[in-house]
Amino acid sequence: MSADTVDTSVRTEITLEVPLERAFRVFTERFDHIKPPEHNMLAVDIAQSVFEPQVGGRIYDRGVDGSECQWGRVLTYDPPTRLVFSWDISPRWQIETDLARSSEVQVRFIAEGERRTRVELEHRHLDRHGEGWQGLAAGVRGDQGWPLYLQRLAEVSR
Amino acid sequence: MDGWSALADPTRRTILELVAVHPRHVQELADRLPVSRPAVSQHLKLLKEAGLVVDQAVGTRRLYRANPAGLAALRAQLDRFWGQTLINLKQQAEAEDQ
Repeated sequence: MSADTVDTSVRTEITLEVPLERAFRVFTERFDHIKPPEHNMLAVDIAQSVFEPQVGGRIYDRGVDGSECQWGRVLTYDPPTRLVFSWDISPRWQIETDLARSSEVQVRFIAEGERRTRVELEHRHLDRHGEGWQGLAAGVRGDQGWPLYLQRLAEVSR
Repeated sequence: MDGWSALADPTRRTILELVAVHPRHVQELADRLPVSRPAVSQHLKLLKEAGLVVDQAVGTRRLYRANPAGLAALRAQLDRFWGQTLINLKQQAEAEDQ
């Protein structure tokens, strides 16, 4: 497959009726309330999801029994306009230990007015997950597998 | 149960990978996995409910195979995940005014 012909990102955006600084702060400080809780790789319920607000910071879920599951690393921290963090989760919904096979998520905060902020989120480089995605898709649809799914994903995401 | 939840279980992930290679019946899966045949049937039921596998009667047996449309939907859930994240962000940020 080629990155030139296949969209390897998922994009979504929303407009908030709040100032830029607050939008950024709420994303990082109240991450626990923002991340959908049903996606859980721990064996127990999640007590808290933590976003450490600095480059190199960890993004992890802490279970009710104290166990932790780190699934992201903060790569860029530019308050109040931009965040980039890694997505260290394999297509099998398990922690990816080979960090070269992580995708990344960029969140941009754009002031559209004093009290209006557009938030653009892009989950990109999905192709870096490599064989996990490719293998499963290829098993189903031969050579059409992975690019076809990416394309469908992009279509659904529009 | 949605696709992500269905695949949270390692046995179900293995089953999906096996039926993605080629269609298989329950006993064939049970022979390859350290779980009982009734357990395999239960996992297949959940995978089917999540839209990840489809089954088909062949003679007296049922053959299970991966559902390409279901797998595409699974990828679409990544989009839903982030969409929900931003909706939550909006609610949290705007609620601070109240």
